[in-house]
Amino acid sequence: MSAIPITWYLVLSAALFGLGVVAFVFKRNVITIFMSIELMLNAVNLAFVAFARAHNQLDGLVFVFFVIVVAAAEAAVGLAIIIMLAQNRETLNIERLNLLKF
Amino acid sequence: MAGLELGEARMNIPLIVFFACALLAVAGAVTLILVREPIYSALALIVVMVAIAILYLLLGSEFIAAVQIIVYGGAIMVLFVFVIMLLNAGAEERTSYSKLATYVGLPLAFFLLLEIAHWLARARVPAAGGPPAEGVSSRALATQLFRQYLFPFEATSILILVAVLGALVLARKSE
Repeated sequence: MSAIPITWYLVLSAALFGLGVVAFVFKRNVITIFMSIELMLNAVNLAFVAFARAHNQLDGLVFVFFVIVVAAAEAAVGLAIIIMLAQNRETLNIERLNLLKF
Repeated sequence: MAGLELGEARMNIPLIVFFACALLAVAGAVTLILVREPIYSALALIVVMVAIAILYLLLGSEFIAAVQIIVYGGAIMVLFVFVIMLLNAGAEERTSYSKLATYVGLPLAFFLLLEIAHWLARARVPAAGGPPAEGVSSRALATQLFRQYLFPFEATSILILVAVLGALVLARKSE
């Protein structure tokens, strides 16, 4: 079995995380910004699994399991907040949701 | 001769799968950024998640791959698509980006990416240490989860309960 270097997985993970950051900063829709957070979580999970494989330990996989569970809870609460936001402010544009801004 | 070539081709299959999935994931992430309709962004994110699940399979952790497909692809993304449909979210409005963001932000983001990749490439990790070829057994993972990590596991169940209650309270139509 030809082993793929772990470093490649890490580089891919970094690329996905960077793209997630770019999406988080550039997108203007609240839902899409929330999705870019999920993208970043996925990138970190990939790094966790790659390291777990490299060090031949299971702890990384357990962490990934917990990250996925917490992401599910986060998605439920976050989307409920977004629904509230859409009902009260009637917009999903982040530029108009500036109530807490100076 | 032909057998040798076949053998080499078979050895390269993980490599081909890796590059196909990596390209698919990066293309999906770029699509998420470029596309303006939230529903297309969600579909691009689903592509990324499936590609990452295949990479988990390649890394020999079937259980995590299954959880990725079921929980991320099957539950979280369906929730996203559901909310997008419910709110009837159309194309996002273009706002006037500042010139600074366009001409400095993008190169800086690219530079950040390059920097992270550079340091990761230099990181000293054991070269694909020898886990069993059949991958990590779900039994070993379950043992770890229910022995060493039992308390965090129970804590997450309470977290999920609180999250469900919170979502209910938040999304309820206030009288």
